[in-house]
Amino acid sequence: MKQKIKTKILGLRPGKNRRIYLDHNATTPLHPQVQKALVKAMKVFGNPSSLHRFGREARAAVEDTREKVAEFINAHPEEIIFVGSGSEANNTVINLFSCAAFRKCEIQSLPLQGREIITTTIEHPCLLESAACIAEKGTIVRYVGVDSTGKINMDELKNTVSENTGLVSVMAANNEIGTIQDIKTIAGIVHEKGGLFHTDAVQAVGKFPLDVKALDVDYLSFSAHKIYGPKGIGALYVKKGVPFCPFIRGGHQERGRRAGTENTLGIIGLGKAVEMRKKEMAEESRRLVGLKARFKKGIEGSIPDIRFNGHPVDSLPGTLNVSFAGAEGEAILLYLDLEGIAISTGSACASGSLDPSHVLLATGVPREQVHGSIRISMGRETSTKDVDYAIAKFSSVIKRLRTMSTVPKGV
Amino acid sequence: MTNISDWMYSDIVKDHFMHPRNVLTDESTFQPDGKGIIGNIKCGDEMIVVIKVDKEKGTIKECKWKTYGCASAIASTSVLSELAIGKTLEAAYHLTSKDIAAALGGLPEHKIHCSVLGDKALRAAIDDYYSRNGMTDKIQQEQAHIICQCLGITDAEIEHAVLEGARTYLELQERTKIGTVCGKCKEKSLHLLELYKEKYFKT
Repeated sequence: MKQKIKTKILGLRPGKNRRIYLDHNATTPLHPQVQKALVKAMKVFGNPSSLHRFGREARAAVEDTREKVAEFINAHPEEIIFVGSGSEANNTVINLFSCAAFRKCEIQSLPLQGREIITTTIEHPCLLESAACIAEKGTIVRYVGVDSTGKINMDELKNTVSENTGLVSVMAANNEIGTIQDIKTIAGIVHEKGGLFHTDAVQAVGKFPLDVKALDVDYLSFSAHKIYGPKGIGALYVKKGVPFCPFIRGGHQERGRRAGTENTLGIIGLGKAVEMRKKEMAEESRRLVGLKARFKKGIEGSIPDIRFNGHPVDSLPGTLNVSFAGAEGEAILLYLDLEGIAISTGSACASGSLDPSHVLLATGVPREQVHGSIRISMGRETSTKDVDYAIAKFSSVIKRLRTMSTVPKGV
Repeated sequence: MTNISDWMYSDIVKDHFMHPRNVLTDESTFQPDGKGIIGNIKCGDEMIVVIKVDKEKGTIKECKWKTYGCASAIASTSVLSELAIGKTLEAAYHLTSKDIAAALGGLPEHKIHCSVLGDKALRAAIDDYYSRNGMTDKIQQEQAHIICQCLGITDAEIEHAVLEGARTYLELQERTKIGTVCGKCKEKSLHLLELYKEKYFKT
C-alpha cells in the first residue's frame, strides 16, 4: 500500500517511462499524509468566523494548525498570521514599512525608526519587486551584495545598517543556489542599531530547524507548498509588539491583520505538512546531504568543464546548482525533460524575460556560465537510483549539446 | 520517449531540436567556401554557419552549422540549413528571420529573437564567400555596423525601424528586439534613433 501511494504521488513508472522530479525548490508533491488530511478536511466547510457549530468546527481546525506552526518555529500562536503565499507574506512586510514611514496611523506610535530598508541582491523577485515599488514611492532601499558562495557580505551589511534603518530583510536560504545565511548574526547587527529584521524563510522552514526566538527575528515568511503541503497557503510570523499594518484590508480575520475568509482547507493541509516535517525533517536532511554528495561526485566524474555554484557546506541539503560550459540551460532542461527528468535553469531563455539569473550574476558567475546553469533540487521521494539515472542522462545530454555547440568544451 | 505534446514549441521545432540536421560535426576537416559567426555566448546565443558553393550554378550545395543556445536557437539554425541548401546565393541572401519562423511552424513571441541570428549568420557566410572570390560588389549592407552585439542588430536595421514608424526606444525594441539582452547598446541606439528621426522626419 505504501509503495502504491508513493508511485501515485510522483507518477513514477518503471522502465522507459520513468519520471524523476528534481525541482523541489519550485514546488513539492503533497505528502501522502497531507493528501489524507485534505480529503477529510473537504467536509469542513463552515466559516471559521461563524458562531454556530459549523463555524466552530472550522475555527478549531484553523487554530489547531496555528498551534502546530507556532510550535514548529518556537513562536506563540497569536504571532502566526495565515496568508495566501510566501510572496504575500513578503509583500506584507515590505509594504508595511513604506506605509509606516509615511502615513499617519496607529503604528506610528510604535518604535519605528528611519525610512530606509536594506535587503540583498539575491532575494526572491517578490521581495525585490516590492522593494523597487516602495522605492519609487519614496522609501530609500539599499542593497547589500554577496560573495562568490552567496553569503551576504557582513562588513558591507555592518557599514550599511544605521540609525536610519527601519527594516532589514535577508532570505534564510536561497532558492536557486541553496546558500544558507547566518540569520542570528545578521539579526544581531540590525538590532544593535535599533532596526527590525525580516527573513524570507520559504526555502528554509522544514529543511533545517528554525527557532524565531533563538534567531531573534521580528518577521518570518514561509509557504506550505515547499514542504509537501498545498499551494495557496503560507504563514507570516510577526513578533509580539513589533509594528504591523495589514496588506489586505477589510475584515477582522487573523485578528484584523489579514482580511479574507480563512482558507480552511489550505490551513489544515499546512498543519499536517508541518506535523510531518517535524517527524521527518532531520532524517530526510541527512539522507539528502548524502545524495547531493553522490550527485556531485557523479557529475564531476563524468562531465568535464563544469562548476558548482553556491556554498560548499552551508547549503540546503537537497539543492545543487551547476554550470556547464558550452551548453545552454533551456536546451539542457528540455533534453532532460525528454528523458523524464525535471530540473530548472537560471538561463535567460527559459525565463521568458531574456535576463539570466540575478542570483548567479550577483555571486559573480560569468554571464556565459549563467546561461548554462541548472538547478537540481531533491526531496523526500528522491532515491539513490534516481540520482544514478540522472547522472547518466546528464552526461549524455551535455555531451550531445556540446557536439553542436560553438563552444565545444569537454568533447 | 516521453510524451511532449504539451511543449510550448511547435512539432517542427521539437523535431529539429531533437534531430538537428546538418550539424558541423567535422569542423576540423570541413573546408568551407564561406563562414559566418554571429552572436555572443555572454548573451546566450552564438552561431557558426559554413557553406560550400556550387560555383557553376551559383547555388549553396552544403550548409552546416553549430549553435550555442536554447531549443529554438538550435531548431532555427537547423531549419535554416535546410532552407539554404539548393538555393542560389542571391535567394539565400534574402532569407529572413520571418522565413525561419514560418518554416518552424511559428515560434513563441519571446523566442523570435532566437531566430533573428540564423539568417544573419548565413548572410555573413555568403558575404565571406563573396569577399574570398572577389565579388565584394555583391555584399549588401556593407556600410552596416553591428550596434547590438548580443542580437547582431545593425544601424541599418535601426534606420529601417525608424522608417517603419519606431519613434521611441520602446518602439524600436518592439520592432528590432535591440538591447533586450545585455542592454549595453542602449546609449548608442538612442543616439542613432535621434539621428534617423532627425534625418527623415525633422520639420
